[in-house]
Amino acid sequence: MPQLIGVPRETFAGEKRVATVPEVVEKLKKLGFGVLVESGAGDLANFGDDTYVAAGAEIVPDAATLWSKADIVFKVRAPSMEEVPLIREGTTLVSFIWPAQNPQLMEALAARKATVLAIDALPRMLSRAQKMDALTSMAGISGYRAVIEAANAFGRFFNGQITAAGKVPPAKVFIAGAGVAGLAAVGTAANLGAIVRANDTRAEVADQVKSLGGEFVKVDYEEEGSGGGGYAKVMSEGFQKAQREMYAKQASEVDIIITTALIPGKPAPKLITADMVKSMKPGSVIVDMAGEQGGNCELTVPGEAVVRHGVTIVGYTDLVSRLAKQSSTLYSSNLFRLAEELCKTKDGLINVNMEDDAIRGLTVIKDGALTWPAPPPKLPVAATQAAKPAMPPPAPKGHGGGGEPMAAGALAAVFGVGALAFLFVGLYAPPAFLGHFTVFVLACFVGYMVVWNVTPSLHTPLMSVTNAISSIIAIGALVQIAPPESGGGRPDELIRWIAIVGIALTSINMFGGFAVTRRMLAMFRK
Amino acid sequence: MTSSVVTVAYIGAIILFILSLGGLSNPETSRRGNLYGIIGMTIAVLATVLGPRVTAAGIPWIIGAMVVGGGIGLYAARAVQMTQMPELVAIMHSLVGLAACLVGFASYIDTSVAFTGADKVIHEIEIYLGILIGAVTFSGSVVAFGKLSGKIGGKPLLLPARHWLNLIGLLLIIWYGREFVMAKDIAAGMTPLIVMTVVSLLFGIHMVMAIGGADMPVVVSMLNSYSGWAAAATGFMLSNDLLIVTGALVGSSGAILSYIMCRAMNRNFISVIAGGFGTGGGTVVAKADGEPAGEVNPITATETAELLREARNVIIVPGYGMAVAQAQHTVFEITRVLREKGINVRFGIHPVAGRMPGHMNVLLAEAKVPYDIVMEMDEINADFPGTDVSMVIGANDIVNPSAQDDPTSPIAGMPVLEVWKAKTSIVMKRSMASGYAGVDNPLFYKENNRMLFGDAKKMLDEVLGALGK
Repeated sequence: MPQLIGVPRETFAGEKRVATVPEVVEKLKKLGFGVLVESGAGDLANFGDDTYVAAGAEIVPDAATLWSKADIVFKVRAPSMEEVPLIREGTTLVSFIWPAQNPQLMEALAARKATVLAIDALPRMLSRAQKMDALTSMAGISGYRAVIEAANAFGRFFNGQITAAGKVPPAKVFIAGAGVAGLAAVGTAANLGAIVRANDTRAEVADQVKSLGGEFVKVDYEEEGSGGGGYAKVMSEGFQKAQREMYAKQASEVDIIITTALIPGKPAPKLITADMVKSMKPGSVIVDMAGEQGGNCELTVPGEAVVRHGVTIVGYTDLVSRLAKQSSTLYSSNLFRLAEELCKTKDGLINVNMEDDAIRGLTVIKDGALTWPAPPPKLPVAATQAAKPAMPPPAPKGHGGGGEPMAAGALAAVFGVGALAFLFVGLYAPPAFLGHFTVFVLACFVGYMVVWNVTPSLHTPLMSVTNAISSIIAIGALVQIAPPESGGGRPDELIRWIAIVGIALTSINMFGGFAVTRRMLAMFRK
Repeated sequence: MTSSVVTVAYIGAIILFILSLGGLSNPETSRRGNLYGIIGMTIAVLATVLGPRVTAAGIPWIIGAMVVGGGIGLYAARAVQMTQMPELVAIMHSLVGLAACLVGFASYIDTSVAFTGADKVIHEIEIYLGILIGAVTFSGSVVAFGKLSGKIGGKPLLLPARHWLNLIGLLLIIWYGREFVMAKDIAAGMTPLIVMTVVSLLFGIHMVMAIGGADMPVVVSMLNSYSGWAAAATGFMLSNDLLIVTGALVGSSGAILSYIMCRAMNRNFISVIAGGFGTGGGTVVAKADGEPAGEVNPITATETAELLREARNVIIVPGYGMAVAQAQHTVFEITRVLREKGINVRFGIHPVAGRMPGHMNVLLAEAKVPYDIVMEMDEINADFPGTDVSMVIGANDIVNPSAQDDPTSPIAGMPVLEVWKAKTSIVMKRSMASGYAGVDNPLFYKENNRMLFGDAKKMLDEVLGALGK
C-alpha cells in the first residue's frame, strides 16, 4: 500500500506559498506515492485545484480530512498550535520548523508521536544535500525580490543612460551581507545596470561578489568572520566600529541599501543607524531583509514600508511570498529531492534512514523521540584519504620533480663523473675523433638552448620538423652509393642497393616530414 | 665542387637547421623556420651529390631513389589526418632507424676506406653503436606506431623478470661487441653484428610494449630523440660533422621534449622506460573497501547549451577523447557561436593531453581555432576561479583533483588543470570508465560538476544545435 503525501493549505497570515506544485505531483506519483491536496492550497500561488487534479492528485475538502488521511505531510511554514492536534500518530511531517526558536512546538510535536523532518536543519555542508537546500533556494528568491522592491520604491532608473535629453547616472546599490540572499541581490541589481557594492565579514566571499558583477568593499580591520555552516559570527568591538564607519560612508554615497545580515537565533545586528538614514539622499531606498528578526536598520518597521527622513525603508517580512509561484516551485523541487532520498526503492514507501548523514540531520523528531540537534556529519574527506592503497606511493622527490635546482652534492657528483669521462676520452681517443667529439658536444648544447625556446603549442611541428631534419642521414647513404675510390674487393653492387634503399627511406622522411610540418604550420592562425 | 666547398655548404646547412628550430619559438616565425629547414636540407643534399664523394655514375640511382621515396612521403603528408599525426611521426622515426642500420651495414662491408689501429677500433665501435641505436629506434617506433594506431593494444605488456631480460640483452650486446671488434675480417665480424642487431630489435620491441598508453607522449618524444642519436652515431661512423651536429640537435630536442612530458606527469624518465603504467581500454575501477563514490549529476546537451549561453567566461579542456571522436571542428563551431555572443572562450591545454607533445594544439589549429585563445596549463590555471563554465572534452587524468588532494593516488603530484574551481564544470565522457592511468576521478562527484554522457562528437553537435536556437 503506497503512502499518501498530504499538502495542506498554509494557515499563516500572508503566506502564499504551497509546499507542492502540480509539476512535482507528477514526479511524486512516479516515485509511487499518492498525493492529497487540500482544496485551495495552491490558489495564492496561482495553482488551481484543477491543475492538481490534472497532475494526478486527489483534492480533499478540508484540513482535518487531509491530516487524518495523509501518511506524510509536506508543508512550508511550521504547523501552528491549532494544526498540531490534527497530526495523527506515526505521521511524517516535512516543513520549516526552526527547532531552536520553537521549543514549545517541538514538545507538542513530540507528544503527537510524529516523525518530523525540519528542512531548515539540513546539514548544508554536505554537497549531496544541496539539491534539498530550501534555505538557499528561498534566500535566493528573497534576494531577487528585495532588489525588485527597491526598484519599485526608487524613483529613478537603475542603469545609466545617455538620452537625447541628457545623461542619467546609474543607481548605486550597497548590499550588506553577501550570503545567498545578498549574492542574489548583487547579481540582480548588477543585471539591472546598477553600480553594486557589497560587504561581508567573511573575506572569502569577495570573489563571489566580483564574479556576479559587484564590487567588494572591505572593512578596514583584520578579523576573519566565518562562523561555520555558511553563516557569519558576531564580530569584535574594534571591528564593529570600523564597520560602522564604512557603513556611514557608504550610506552617504549610495542610493539604495539592501541589508541581509542575519545570525541564526539572534536578533539582527543594527547596521544602519538613524543618523546614517538622515545622511542619505532624499528618495533613497533601504530594503531590510532582516525585518523578521527586528531589522538591520534602527528605523525599520517589520512588515511595512515606511518613509523616514525622505528615505523609503522597506521592512517586508514576506519577500518570498511575494514571488509565490517561483518560491513554491523551487521549494517543492527541494522537497521532491528529499522524497527521492527517503524513497530510494521508488515503491511509494519512505524510509527515514538515520544512518544517512543528510536525513539524520533533517530528522528532529523520530517517532515522538527528540533527535535534535543532530551530531555533526562525518565529512567525506576521511574516506577519500584511505582510498587506493593498491599502488605504491610515488617515488621520492628529486627525480622527476623538476623546478628545483639539484642539491650541491648531486651536482658535484655529476660534474665529477663528467670530468672523469672527458679525461678518459682525452687519454685514449685519437685526435680525429676528438674533433668530431667537440662538434658533437657543442651541438648538443646548441640544441638544448634552441629547443627550450620552442613554445609548447608547437611541440608537434617541432617533432615533425626534427624528424624531417634527421633524414640528413641520407648523406650517409649518398656517399656510399658511388664513391670515387671504388674497387679493391669492395662489394659495389650490394652496397649500392643497400644505399638506394637507404636513400629511398630517408627521402620519405625528408619530403614527408617537411611537407606535413608545412601543412600543420599553415593552420596556426590568429 | 671541392671538398672545402662542400664543408662550407655543410656549415651553411647547419646554421639553417638551427634557425629552423629557433623559428618554432613563435607561430609567426615558424613557417619561415620550416622554410629554412627545407633550404638547409636542399643545400646539404646538393653539396653531397655534387661533391667529390659521389661520382656521376651514382646520380641516376640517387634521383630514382629520391623520386620514389619523396613521392611516398609527399603522398603520406597530404593524406594523413591531423588526428593521426602521432602515428605518422612514429612510423617516420622507424624509417630513420632503419636507414641508420642500413648505412651502418653498408659502411662495415665497405673496404674502400681503410683504418688502422685505434682508428679502426673506434670506427668499428661507431658502426656497432650506430646499428644498435638504429635498430632499437626502428623496432621501437614500429611498435609505437602499432599502439598509437590501435593495431596493438595500449595495455603494457609486462613479461615476468623483464628487467633481467633487458639486462641479459645488454650483456649479450656488450659481449658480442667485444667479439665484433676482435674479429679478423668482415666475414667473421658479420655474425656478432647480426646477433646484436636481432637483440637490439627485440630490445626495442620489448621496451615499447611495456609502456602504457598514458605514457605514449614520452615514448614518441623519446624515439624522436633516438632517431637523432642514430644520425649522430652515423656521423661519427662516416666522420661527417653535418650528421653529427644535426643528429645532436634532433637528439637533444627529443630529450628535452621527453623531459617536459615526464615533468608534466610528475614521473621520472626511468620509471616511464621501465614501463608498466596505464591500462588499455579503461575499465571501471573497483571501489576500494566500500568507499562512497558519491553520485554524479548528469546533464543534457540542451542544458549544457543553456549554461554556455549564460556564461561570461568559458574554458574548454580537450583531451584524447576529442581527437578520437574527431570533434575539433564542432568544438570550433561552438567556440565561434559563443564568441559572437561576446562570451570569452579559451582553451586550456595540458602538456600531455593527447598522444604526442602538442597534439591538441595541432588539432585545434586544424579546426581554425585562433592560437591566441589556446593557452598552456600554467597560463590558464589561475583563471579557473573566475570562470563560469569549464568544459572537459574527452579528458580524464589531466583534470583529476586527486593528483593534488590525495597523496596516495598513483598520479599524486602530477600537475593538473583545476577545472573544478570554475563555477560549473561539465565533463563529456562516453561512460564512467576511468582514464588511462586507471584512477577514479573525484571530479565527477563534485557538486558543481555535471556529466554529459555520450560520444563527444554527437553530444557537441547537439549542443551546437541547441545553441543555435
